[in-house]
Amino acid sequence: MSPSTTAKQASPAIGPAQIELLERLCNAVAVSGDEREVRAIVLKELEGVADQIQVDALGNVLAARRASQPGALRVMLAAHMDEVGMMLMEEEEAGVFKFETIGGIDQRQLPGKAVLVGKDHLPGVIGVRPIHFYSAFAELETIPVEELRIDLGPENGKKAKPGQRATFATRFWQAGPSLIAKALDNRLGVATLIELVRRPPENVELLAAFTVQEEVGLRGARVAAFALNPDLAIAVDSTPANDLPAWDGSENVSYNTRLGMGPAIYLADRGTLSDPRLIRHLAATGDALDIPYQFRQAGGGGTDAGAIHRQRTGIPSVSVSVPGRYAHTAASIARRQDWENTLALLYHTLERLTPVLLEADR
Amino acid sequence: MKALIQQLSEATGPSGYEAPVRELVKSAVAGLADELRVDALGNLIASKGSKSQDGLRVILTAHLDEIGLMVTHVDEKGFARFATLGDALPQTLIGARVRFLNSAQGVIGGEQLDSGEKLHRLDQVYIDTGAAGREKSLVQVGDVAVFDRPFLDLGQRMVGKALDNRVGVAAVIEVMRRLETTPHEIYFTFTAQKVVGDRGATVAAYGVDPQLAISLQVTPSGDTPKARLAEIALGHGPAIKVRDSGMICDPRVVRWMTETAENAKIAYQLEILEGGTSEARAIQITRGGVPAGCVSIPCRYLHTSSELIDYEDVQKSVALVVELLSRPVPWL
Repeated sequence: MSPSTTAKQASPAIGPAQIELLERLCNAVAVSGDEREVRAIVLKELEGVADQIQVDALGNVLAARRASQPGALRVMLAAHMDEVGMMLMEEEEAGVFKFETIGGIDQRQLPGKAVLVGKDHLPGVIGVRPIHFYSAFAELETIPVEELRIDLGPENGKKAKPGQRATFATRFWQAGPSLIAKALDNRLGVATLIELVRRPPENVELLAAFTVQEEVGLRGARVAAFALNPDLAIAVDSTPANDLPAWDGSENVSYNTRLGMGPAIYLADRGTLSDPRLIRHLAATGDALDIPYQFRQAGGGGTDAGAIHRQRTGIPSVSVSVPGRYAHTAASIARRQDWENTLALLYHTLERLTPVLLEADR
Repeated sequence: MKALIQQLSEATGPSGYEAPVRELVKSAVAGLADELRVDALGNLIASKGSKSQDGLRVILTAHLDEIGLMVTHVDEKGFARFATLGDALPQTLIGARVRFLNSAQGVIGGEQLDSGEKLHRLDQVYIDTGAAGREKSLVQVGDVAVFDRPFLDLGQRMVGKALDNRVGVAAVIEVMRRLETTPHEIYFTFTAQKVVGDRGATVAAYGVDPQLAISLQVTPSGDTPKARLAEIALGHGPAIKVRDSGMICDPRVVRWMTETAENAKIAYQLEILEGGTSEARAIQITRGGVPAGCVSIPCRYLHTSSELIDYEDVQKSVALVVELLSRPVPWL
């Protein structure tokens, strides 16, 4: 893990400005289908930076950086802007709303949480009967979402409407080596892509796709990849680290990824069998430059790569994620060092890409 | 064709890592195709013939890939936990031997269960590569294996690993060999990544942009003791698919197939498959839509290390497809 190699100094670094950007991204409310807040941040950050930038029909932001030489590989990098959350469905009485969840949320995580609703970030609470009124802990069962309400109070309730999105109200903060926030999945990826568009390796044509509706089925990435039709693609995301020791002291054999072990390179998930050439290239880059990395355990889950690699005549694809504990809850934890190493690994992986890589048999 | 089936069955080609079997097929069809290419996902596309006035651009597919096992963790004692590439039932894995792409070998074992009534879950089985600890392990996270099982010739019947769908691959190669004249421009397509969700066929069909599609694969038979209900039996000829859980075959294609079989006096059966599908499902909805149908070879014990088929079914399937492609399609 020596940070002293000269090549490594060339990659964009994580400093106070990057942390501040990540904080703004994590605190934004951008639940699938209404990604406006994050999109606005992305557009502002890349104004005058990207050679070309557009918002497509589904709301994806597509930003391109040209290569220094003609004939360069066209590389799509995808990071989804949306997060899991809630949608107001119907007002029952003054400011008390029925709601549904959007994307994969464990219903046990909902009761008693503070939330922010809509573009005005109206504060509310997912109400729950307090413990005073239970006679025994045995009564404390999971409350189905149909029986839960978001309570905005009578005044703010007037400003809210069915269809508006809500997220957990957690604020971003740094704690020693850790980053704690909601929506680190996938504002870490969004922040990573912004840095790469700002400081791209010059040997590739960089096609950055900030995608919508990943959490509800990779919908944005699908149309973005069709439109961009790249030579290869890397989805940049955040994946769960389920790395705490087992309660009985036995060896944890299904951790998915582990915090502090560097960027997670995907081998196989429910949606994608990563292109072996790209897996090898990422690992070789990490090995050559002493950038730590880990392989995400094969299994379920998925990223935008699941939609991207099936477009047109097929697009060689892989995913790289920053590991994070407690994904899709009100507060997840990632390590700043893992993020830095993810950025470095991606930068140098791109920098070392040549068309020869894809001429070999997969 | 038996020797070819054996060779293909014993070749290695788990989903996403089909290179060894693809190379084998490439050499088998090299002299038979006008053009050969491998696309970004690993589909091998061999084209032959040019479209005459009453011909069509046809895609004929057979998937190359087989079920694979990918190591997810090697524990401190050297046992390798794994995920499957494609679906396999854990209880059918125990006792099977496996061979890794890096040529390491092992056997699958299962944890002791607390009740004889229960079946193993995937997280309760593991590969024992003989390593006496993590440091000695010849396999690491990400290494991929397939079943290691020699082909067994029972005369009329054959048993092998990956006969799903190497027997279909052999049949398509045989069709290429036997098809002397055709009005069609045919893309013999050996697809990748079928068992994980028809991914190869999805992009191959986009590239070929066919006017007609036929997929050749195996289908589970219902002729074993207390089998799941299916009116499919070994030795009764090719199964012409009517529908499955992912597609409804174009009725014109189904009629064309059954009438062709009747005219050529080839015994056939009709296939309605519940709880499974064919990659023709993906081809059918490519671009503006493609008329699609399937010829299936009945098979027992699918997705285990010992799949069993009937040789005559294979030969009749080849004969039917050759008949189909030798003449213009009457209904277009």
